[in-house]
Amino acid sequence: MLPDRNGYFGPFGGKYVPETLMPALEELETIYRQVRNNAAFKKELAYYLTEYAGRPTPLYFARNLTNLYGGAKIYMKREDLAHTGAHKINNTIGQALLAVRMGKKRIIAETGAGQHGVAVATVAALFKLQCEVYMGAEDIERQKLNVYRMQKLGTKVISVTSGTQTLKDAMNEALRDWVTNVRTTHYMLGSCAGPHPFPLIVRDFQTVIGREAKKQILKAEKRLPDYLLACVNGGSNAIGLFYPFYNDKKVKFIGVEAAGAGVNKPHTAATMAKGTVGILHGSKSYLLQDKNGQVSPTHSIAAGLDYPGVGPEHSYYKYTGRAEYVNATDQEALAAFDLLARQEGILPALESSHALAYLRKIAPPLDKNKIIIVCLSGRGDKDMEQIMRREA
Amino acid sequence: MNRIEAKFKELKKQHKKALITYICAGDPNLRTTGELVLELEKNGADIIELGVPFSDPIADGPTIQRAALRSLKNRTSLADILRLVRKIRQKSQIPILLMTYFNPVYQFGLENLAREAEKSGVDGFIIPDLLPESGKKASRILKKHKLDPVFLVSPLTSGKRLGLINKESSGFVYYVSVTGITGARTGLPQDIARHAQILRRYINQPVAVGFGVSNARQVKQLSAWFDGVIVGSAIVTIIEKNIGKKDLVEKVGKFVRNLKKF
Repeated sequence: MLPDRNGYFGPFGGKYVPETLMPALEELETIYRQVRNNAAFKKELAYYLTEYAGRPTPLYFARNLTNLYGGAKIYMKREDLAHTGAHKINNTIGQALLAVRMGKKRIIAETGAGQHGVAVATVAALFKLQCEVYMGAEDIERQKLNVYRMQKLGTKVISVTSGTQTLKDAMNEALRDWVTNVRTTHYMLGSCAGPHPFPLIVRDFQTVIGREAKKQILKAEKRLPDYLLACVNGGSNAIGLFYPFYNDKKVKFIGVEAAGAGVNKPHTAATMAKGTVGILHGSKSYLLQDKNGQVSPTHSIAAGLDYPGVGPEHSYYKYTGRAEYVNATDQEALAAFDLLARQEGILPALESSHALAYLRKIAPPLDKNKIIIVCLSGRGDKDMEQIMRREA
Repeated sequence: MNRIEAKFKELKKQHKKALITYICAGDPNLRTTGELVLELEKNGADIIELGVPFSDPIADGPTIQRAALRSLKNRTSLADILRLVRKIRQKSQIPILLMTYFNPVYQFGLENLAREAEKSGVDGFIIPDLLPESGKKASRILKKHKLDPVFLVSPLTSGKRLGLINKESSGFVYYVSVTGITGARTGLPQDIARHAQILRRYINQPVAVGFGVSNARQVKQLSAWFDGVIVGSAIVTIIEKNIGKKDLVEKVGKFVRNLKKF
């Protein structure tokens, strides 16, 4: 069972944080181990996932897209239909229940696209927790709608103007806040990244995606899929879909990263393609960096993929060959966005559009009896203004 | 016995406490950093911490973040800083520790860095995002090269962990005075004397206190409870305010001289 006792997935993961955070990480791990298999906790989590978040989300057979590509059958796991419009709510409900059990009255978080921030602000309102979300100034500009949603939910959004003014720097600021207010505050990390036990906890809360998808595909097709496809940055939607199929070795995992203008352009966010092993934000994983270990600036049209790292479990999947990691450019993601809108009447998030973009490469040559499940991790409403401006 | 251990022994004999000063190497440039080290020593600093800039310094407040950015704009690298220490060693034997984050160390390669640092005349390393659990290997390699791995403890560190940190550290243990990031603060935490007493139960080597220490009054108060006092952001602020001015080095010297005058 991974991670091991020290939070490692093979050579990746671990804890690389200031000493001040150790008691909080130990407390979080202790409480999580206590409740993880506790029937009352599971029941409470299931209640909120069903009654509040609207789970299970459908596994939708995309007939038009399947016919258009003329190859494998394409199914979509509709996380965009969960409350708040993305898979992020699965994790924030779980972590809110942990925060309440730890007696923490204040939560903080980082956000890129704002989807995690909105999901955090939502549970903060629901569970009556004080909430502050750190967001890069550049992301605040391109995801205005989500900023306003968080504010309406009663959360204070703090603009981060240091460094590249995107997700990486929002995470730096959130960690600095946590170091300062650790006695009263729970850091609600939004991806399967950061120091142990976050990659474990976030993965576990997101596996509801894969567990449902497995049941649904077995019912619809009487067999397991051949491919699972999801966008990856930190990679929480992907790990949530992949993990329940880990031992089904015939099911191939494909993670799609953001290449920005292209993997060989100076600014990309394709960590697996261009990164090397390094330490950032609490764990050892692949990282976009220079030879001196300075973290590289990134670019992606999708604010939620614009980060130089990746979750340690994904690094392990790459290292062991369990998953394959590919990438899609801004242009390819935008084309996939338009295509899904016209073919299926669904506006996907720009993040999810990267996974959809790869369908064009993988689906057509496959046999018609092959099955692909793609994770539609979020809906695209938040991106409309950015796309409108780009097209103007 | 390396320079850090010798310094603490010497000060103990004289019933004195160590003044440890932090500056970020390469801020505003490496040549000035070299001059600053000598000036700090001349004005009463006992030990020097040289910051090695990192793009994402999560334990640092805005002052040191800006210093690191200025240094990185000059493309200062760990290798440059080792060369600087080698130069300083021609003129000074003041103990020098490098303070950085784990990623630049990891990319340089631990063995390689330990070997090069020893040759250059570095005496130790402070790596705030390296915990003793993850740092056992680093600790062993550094000690093999007569370098002191200095681990940090916080007001929240449990007794069990204090024991572990004492075991992995050498030279001294770095007590972070507050839960928080680096940066000048005016007051001192109320319970600091009690914490200092608790630390003594588990730690049998010198303990230096840092984070938030910015003036002579604080230095004096803390000297009563700790073996060393670390001042960083307050000095970096003087540097920042005097960039481009001819008397930058002198001003820093004067500030440090005054830190000892209370």
